[in-house]
Amino acid sequence: MYRIPLKNSGQETRLFRSRVTVAAILAGLLILTLVGRLSYLEVIRHAYYATLARNNRISPIPIPPARGLILDRNGIVLAEDIPVFTLQVMPDRVRNMGRLIATLKTMVALNKQDLRNFDRRLAQHRAFQDVTLRAHLSEAEAAHVAVHLTQLPGVSLHARLRRYYPLGGLAVDTIGYVSRINQTEEQGPHAARYFGYHHVGQFGIERSYQKQLMGRIGFKDVEMNAAGRAVKVLKRIAPHAGENLYLNIDAQMQAIGEQMLDNRPGSIVAIDPRTGAVLTFVSSPLYDPNPFVDGIREKAYRKLATDPAAPLNDRALNGLYPPGSTIKPFFAYAALQTKWFDPHATYVCPGYWHLPHNGHLFHCWKPMGMGPVDLKTAIEESCDVYFYHLAFKQGIDRMVRYLTYFGFGHRTGIDLPGESRGLVPTRAWRRATHRPWYPGQTVITGIGQGPLLVTPVQLADAVAAIANHGVRMRPEVVRGIENPVTGAVRYIRPVAYPPVPRRRKKSLGILVHDMAQVVEGPHGTARGIDWDHVLPYSVAGKTGTAQLWNASPGYNGKHIHSDALFIAFAPVHNPRIALAVIVEHAGFGALAAAPIARALMNFYLLGHVHVRAVNQTNGKVLPVGSHP
Amino acid sequence: MTLYERWHIDRPMFHALLALAAISLIVLYSAGGNSLVFALDDAARLGIGFIVLFATAQVPPETYRKWSVPLFAGGVLALAAVLAIGVVRFGARRWIAFGPLSIQPSEFMKLAVPMMLAWFFSRRSLPPRLMHVIGAALIMLIPVLLIAKEPDLGTAVIVLLSGVIVLFLAGMSWRTIAVVVLAGAAAAPLLWAHMHHYQRQRIYILFHPEADPLGAGYHAIQGMIAVGSGGLFGQGWLHSSQANLHFLPDSTTDFAFAVFCQEFGLTGDLILLALYLFIIYRGLRIAFAAQDSYSRLLAGSLSVLFFFDVFINMGMVSGILPVVGVPLPLLSYGGTSLLIIMAGLGILMSIHGHRRLVS
Repeated sequence: MYRIPLKNSGQETRLFRSRVTVAAILAGLLILTLVGRLSYLEVIRHAYYATLARNNRISPIPIPPARGLILDRNGIVLAEDIPVFTLQVMPDRVRNMGRLIATLKTMVALNKQDLRNFDRRLAQHRAFQDVTLRAHLSEAEAAHVAVHLTQLPGVSLHARLRRYYPLGGLAVDTIGYVSRINQTEEQGPHAARYFGYHHVGQFGIERSYQKQLMGRIGFKDVEMNAAGRAVKVLKRIAPHAGENLYLNIDAQMQAIGEQMLDNRPGSIVAIDPRTGAVLTFVSSPLYDPNPFVDGIREKAYRKLATDPAAPLNDRALNGLYPPGSTIKPFFAYAALQTKWFDPHATYVCPGYWHLPHNGHLFHCWKPMGMGPVDLKTAIEESCDVYFYHLAFKQGIDRMVRYLTYFGFGHRTGIDLPGESRGLVPTRAWRRATHRPWYPGQTVITGIGQGPLLVTPVQLADAVAAIANHGVRMRPEVVRGIENPVTGAVRYIRPVAYPPVPRRRKKSLGILVHDMAQVVEGPHGTARGIDWDHVLPYSVAGKTGTAQLWNASPGYNGKHIHSDALFIAFAPVHNPRIALAVIVEHAGFGALAAAPIARALMNFYLLGHVHVRAVNQTNGKVLPVGSHP
Repeated sequence: MTLYERWHIDRPMFHALLALAAISLIVLYSAGGNSLVFALDDAARLGIGFIVLFATAQVPPETYRKWSVPLFAGGVLALAAVLAIGVVRFGARRWIAFGPLSIQPSEFMKLAVPMMLAWFFSRRSLPPRLMHVIGAALIMLIPVLLIAKEPDLGTAVIVLLSGVIVLFLAGMSWRTIAVVVLAGAAAAPLLWAHMHHYQRQRIYILFHPEADPLGAGYHAIQGMIAVGSGGLFGQGWLHSSQANLHFLPDSTTDFAFAVFCQEFGLTGDLILLALYLFIIYRGLRIAFAAQDSYSRLLAGSLSVLFFFDVFINMGMVSGILPVVGVPLPLLSYGGTSLLIIMAGLGILMSIHGHRRLVS
């Protein structure tokens, strides 16, 4: 039983209805706010939020293109991209990891280190992320896994292209190598250029032709879910493979040169004097660039970097050597342009030379002297006294001018990065270092000693200028650039520098003839390379033996073994090859350097292979290609 | 007498509810990852909801009135039990476990508090005297404080709201309302000081969701992205990238409306809103027509509370209210809250269906 309270029912109803009305009006206002808000978001801000929603789900993924091939002049592959496979596991999709690993072990070699690394990565992995089990699968292993992939849920093979140098260290300093993009490149002013790439050329051709080799990056727009997993590919822009480079370098000739240097420190540069084509470009000792591609182990790198033979230095491009007697032909050429110089006049060499008004004594390499010598004999037998006298008469300014005409003291402009300038000592250079120029320095510069420093490529290019009628060509390592799609090759056009001034018409002929005597003459310093006159072509050259005084502490200026140098071109008439050979600490140029030059000239001019072309870093015998 | 009248069902409201249930199935099929199993599960839950609605509609209002006090007392006891022996989930103690089943007594208070206060005022002449208002306020504060202690601020606010609605509809004087509002404003800093860190975070993030896009602001931002990217006509059914790619958390429950917005746009929103407003309109009509003070107060407050359920969820999704865990009635994948809403609507229908025809 309940009691209905006494109430004024009519008044209560009115009160209630008025309250409901107020509530309804308030609700209406709230609804208006809501509708306003929804309209704002869905109409006015629609474009903004639609973009956000799109960015939420679509991520552009770069697809790196294949890098261009690098081939020698006969098509031997020097650098290529090969696929490497990485075995990955997504733990979230694996029910029994132990059993899976056991199954994979039957297909792929997995050592303890691999499994330890895998466990470590497993502990750190994020949900639905692939964990690398092993990198660098062999092709057989990858094929084996690929066949069974459907029975292995959670396992995936990730393929990518990796740079590979099939001939190992062959011409490593010329080709260079690629390695992981470092922070400077990734964040530097050209960061956009490298977006999406993992590797970039670091040295040599790989660096200087980076733009041609790298191709154009492709992209795919991938729909990603909130966990960051690709759901499907929406759009794909294919990458463009990089262009292929044909080099002027002949891989076999290169290998012969490298083998003859036999990992002794030294350098060989051979140039076609007519075009500047670089046929051989050796910096010894060699090293294998392949470990650098994916990051060399620190220990291995330290070993290379601290090796006293400095294999990482590109000697041909950056090695600074006193040219020794190999500089004499260039000073002879300078003298030949004057009115006062008579190449047939003789000067008596007593084995020493006095600096006038000073009395300072300079020795000839032949202590007993050579007696009366003219220019021919001075070059053939490399008389120092004759060139002391010539230097003293010409003066340093004139000598420097002609050295500059032949390209010394400047970059040759070869298509390799980081070339050194060498050092041509001038009065101005001495003044800049607050030291006066002494006449004695002019005298020793006359025989290629003193502060004068040249690089092997400068020396080769300068002798090529003599061979090419005084016209120096820019050295080019790359012969042509091939479009990988059309196969069309753009050849690099030879570039000639301004010819060396010639005021006396016959001067060059005289010099070439005298240089030929070095090899052909009865007393020629390099007659040993053609002692029985069997060479079917004629050679002009000049030996050099640069004396070195080790100035490092503890040696106290002790004389150490001299660098052996040899410059040459052949045939004498209509030369097709000019070269400079330097063997460090090897003694006489005629003995150590000239035979190397002969082997290369024989190969190039005759097709003779005196030695088997064996790769110095991996012992592989090079394939004998067709030779032009 | 039609079939509807015989079973005490308000036909227009019932049809609107069926329409909402259909929309729910459509949206949740998409939000649940195009899963038929999930949609059927939702259908089953909606079915249970309609059974509850049908059952509660059969009970005459008189019985509800009689049972108001015991139900309220039982609810409060259950809340106390939650604090004592409840199960902790997601860092809050809100559930009591009965074997495999777990129930949330706080949801039940959304019904029990209006019933209790309607009973309280139905015994007194209206407008109520200040003493009675204070008495009613104390009664409703017991469950509100217990719920806030769990902590479940969202539900506590809604339970408080359910009581306040009854006070307002009962005719609490404007002067008292003004005093309470001012006092509330004065007490706000005190309340702030007693809030949990995550609760403050949610309120702060309401105004600056971009301050923590991956943390506390994530829900709000992803919700707004879903709504905003819907545009005028939406991306189309099954094309809510925000839900399909799992950017939107709780896309089947609290944020189902965001999925709806992205797929059907402003046009769909307005249609959905119209359906909800129609149900509220029918509820208020029932309240107008109710014949006794208890029925009138209960029907009025249940209708207004339904409105707030809708408004708070939509406001939260569209970023004008903080993210509190309030599902959208009928549209969200149902749980206890769906059953409570359906029971409330069933009571409304009972009040409508059991009115005596005068004259």
